[in-house]
Amino acid sequence: MSKKAVIEGSMAVAEAVKACRPKVISAYPISPQTHIVEDLAKMIADKELDSTMVRVDSEFSAASVICGASATGVRAYTASSSQGLLLMTEVLFNTAGMRLPIVITGVNRTISAPITIQPDHQDTMTLRDAGLIQLYVENSQEAYATHIQAFKIAEDREILLPVMVCMDGWILTHSFEPVEIYDQELVDKFLPEYDPLYCLDPEKPITYGSYADNEVMEFRYMMQEAMERAKDKIQDVALEYKELFGEYYGGLIEEYRTEGADVIVVAMGSVLGTIKDAVDEMRENGQKVGAIKVRSYRPFPAEELYNAVKDASIIAVLDKSLSIGQGGPLATDTKAAFYNKKAPKVASFMAGLGGREVTKETIKNIVYKCKKALELNIVADMEFVDLRREII
Amino acid sequence: MKLTVGAVVKAGTSKVNKTGNWRSFRPVVNKDLCNGCGICTFFCPDSSIQITEKKSNINYDYCKGCGICAKECPQGAIKMEEERT
Amino acid sequence: MVENMELLAPGHRACPGCGTAIATRLILKATGKDVIVVTSTGCLETFTSPYGQSAWEVPWIHSLFENGAAVASGVKEALKAKGNNHTKVVVISGDGGSFDIGFGAISGMFERGHDITYICYDNEAYMNTGVQRSSSTPYAATTTTTPAGVASYGKLEPKKDMPSIALAHGIQYVATASICYPQDLIRKVKKAISINGPKYIQVHVPCCIGWGFDPSETIEVGRLAVETGLVPIYSIEKGKPMEVRKVSDRKPVEAYLKKQNRFKHLFKGEEYKEVVAQLQKICDDNFEYFGLAK
Ligand SMILES: Cc1ncc(C[n+]2csc(CCOP(=O)(O)OP(=O)(O)O)c2C)c(N)n1
Ligand code: SF4
Ligand code: SF4
Ligand SMILES: [Mg+2]
Repeated sequence: MSKKAVIEGSMAVAEAVKACRPKVISAYPISPQTHIVEDLAKMIADKELDSTMVRVDSEFSAASVICGASATGVRAYTASSSQGLLLMTEVLFNTAGMRLPIVITGVNRTISAPITIQPDHQDTMTLRDAGLIQLYVENSQEAYATHIQAFKIAEDREILLPVMVCMDGWILTHSFEPVEIYDQELVDKFLPEYDPLYCLDPEKPITYGSYADNEVMEFRYMMQEAMERAKDKIQDVALEYKELFGEYYGGLIEEYRTEGADVIVVAMGSVLGTIKDAVDEMRENGQKVGAIKVRSYRPFPAEELYNAVKDASIIAVLDKSLSIGQGGPLATDTKAAFYNKKAPKVASFMAGLGGREVTKETIKNIVYKCKKALELNIVADMEFVDLRREII
Repeated sequence: MKLTVGAVVKAGTSKVNKTGNWRSFRPVVNKDLCNGCGICTFFCPDSSIQITEKKSNINYDYCKGCGICAKECPQGAIKMEEERT
Repeated sequence: MVENMELLAPGHRACPGCGTAIATRLILKATGKDVIVVTSTGCLETFTSPYGQSAWEVPWIHSLFENGAAVASGVKEALKAKGNNHTKVVVISGDGGSFDIGFGAISGMFERGHDITYICYDNEAYMNTGVQRSSSTPYAATTTTTPAGVASYGKLEPKKDMPSIALAHGIQYVATASICYPQDLIRKVKKAISINGPKYIQVHVPCCIGWGFDPSETIEVGRLAVETGLVPIYSIEKGKPMEVRKVSDRKPVEAYLKKQNRFKHLFKGEEYKEVVAQLQKICDDNFEYFGLAK
């Protein structure tokens, strides 16, 4: 039924993508996305995967190639990071507007300047308004599962939106972990062949990418509705996956030891591993602390998040990207979700920018600050944690 | 009409838009002079000329009255006349 | 054989006398129905695709301004994956989308050797946004971003030589054409789609709005561009000698320039005699280089 192997996170993604049998893959190299597409290229070269790899002149073209391929009715995939994702931006908005169900791996990396290859979430968070479903994963096994789920969610007739699977560069893509790779038959059973709603075909000519002066409001509304429907779909698909593969990573969110918690740490991506370890240690010391992983950032799980934390006294939202001049997007959205409700206080923490390490100590420190804030009844707007003030 | 997912459009639906009302001059074919060579059909930007029974026939539903056909007809068989409303 | 059915339906919103609409009709006559067309943002895209009123009788996609060649590559790969090796993929995009912003994607498509016919309808400026300069705009033409004034005679740089750049990629077929010679254009498109690999055709299309002439004169003006030698018509199939359309009734460049408002400023006084002479020199050089004289 499956084989377990100690492989790189990138290989886990490549294995998942391979099992989904996309017909067209197109990509342009950028660290730390490279290993994923290199692995896929090798699979194609070795005839393990029946697909074409279009080696393009830029990320702009990579996204455009899969846009064209998807409109012609085949399953299509790309991956990028950082500057590459930003270069794709215009195409991704466009592809979402045309309701083409492509899947993209967003390998998280900081945006220049200054240029660095270290990971944070600035790249994918900048694309949050593009009309992509965004799922953030914690580890390689979840990356594997989420890619297989992504195609199923994207291609559902009720959804038809691109899905971006976001995973921390290096931390996940370049570290070796044991990963369960499932048999093709099982994946085939889970993910049916792609059956497009529309497709470019001389037998039944249609026009894609029309000009609309008077209906944009309605088309946006339809996308918003599809996003709303995606909330149930993401949950259902995760449960279906659990049934068939026996693994579950949460639907829109995952709760970790939140029973009776006073303080709950909310975050996305690989940092959850560290947070969970810190929570375990604090629980052992009798502290009532829990954690929540936001798996789906778009659609944003306002209701699920609220219900999960409403009995806590304070929640600490940890952002790994900054909307400069405003704050952390995850914290901002969380606060918006709680507004007009009886809700815990929300403390916002900026962490891990440019790959700054987030340790268990960082998390414990955040929890300590939250408790202090409760005592003093003063919650700061946003705090940069582990900031090296002395060099500023 | 309900909107389509992704703003996809059916082929050839522009025909509902009768551009003939843009016209202020109308091309009129003198069938005696027209020899059916079809040069006008190649040059019409609005797909509004057909050769039927060896004569040029203009579709006034769509003809915008640009006057290219009149200018290019080697026989001088098409004349532009002011449109009367 | 030429496709009899109108594959560009009437009811589109091009300006009366639009050369681009003529080019597109003729191109589709050559391709027939078994084609998928990709168009970049620009006049053609705008006037053919209002929501609910598409003028395209063939499958057509517009994504963005700068990605026509890349979208077409995706279309082609998808067709191959579906085992379809008969449907042709043709791009029809403007000079802005080809010479300028979409240039990198075209170069990539050529280099990858994709079996795509890329056709640039060349109206020599960004018409859709109000006649701004492109790198295809001819020397000394006024546009809204290269206006003539006391300190300027319009565009100071010559037209970019795209066909040569296309050729430098080692592609199979490169041709120029004009809507004024429909049979020649149709023949070239047919030739191009019959060849496997990337092909580039640049079709000169007068634009009455952008160039400033009466809509009835679209063909007349386009013909003068060719007869003066300013726009040479030729084709090069890899490994074969260049084919050139000879000019039998050669005209001075002024005959072309004086028909259009975009060159009007050159004739206000004596001041720009030199500029006109420079334009004549471009024509003379073309006559010599391409051997245009009959
Ligand atoms: C990235 C981007 N930049 C600018 C524009 C604005 N724009 C739309 S069409 C166009 C000009 C098109 O010029 P061309 O390709 O020559 O086609 P034409 O309109 O002349 O037919 C411009 C500048 C755009 N749509 N996208
Ligand atoms: S006037 Fe123009 S639009 Fe009308 S038939 Fe003649 S060429 Fe076509
Ligand atoms: S501006 Fe020129 S190219 Fe654009 S539709 Fe009008 S005539 Fe055609
Ligand atoms: Mg143009």
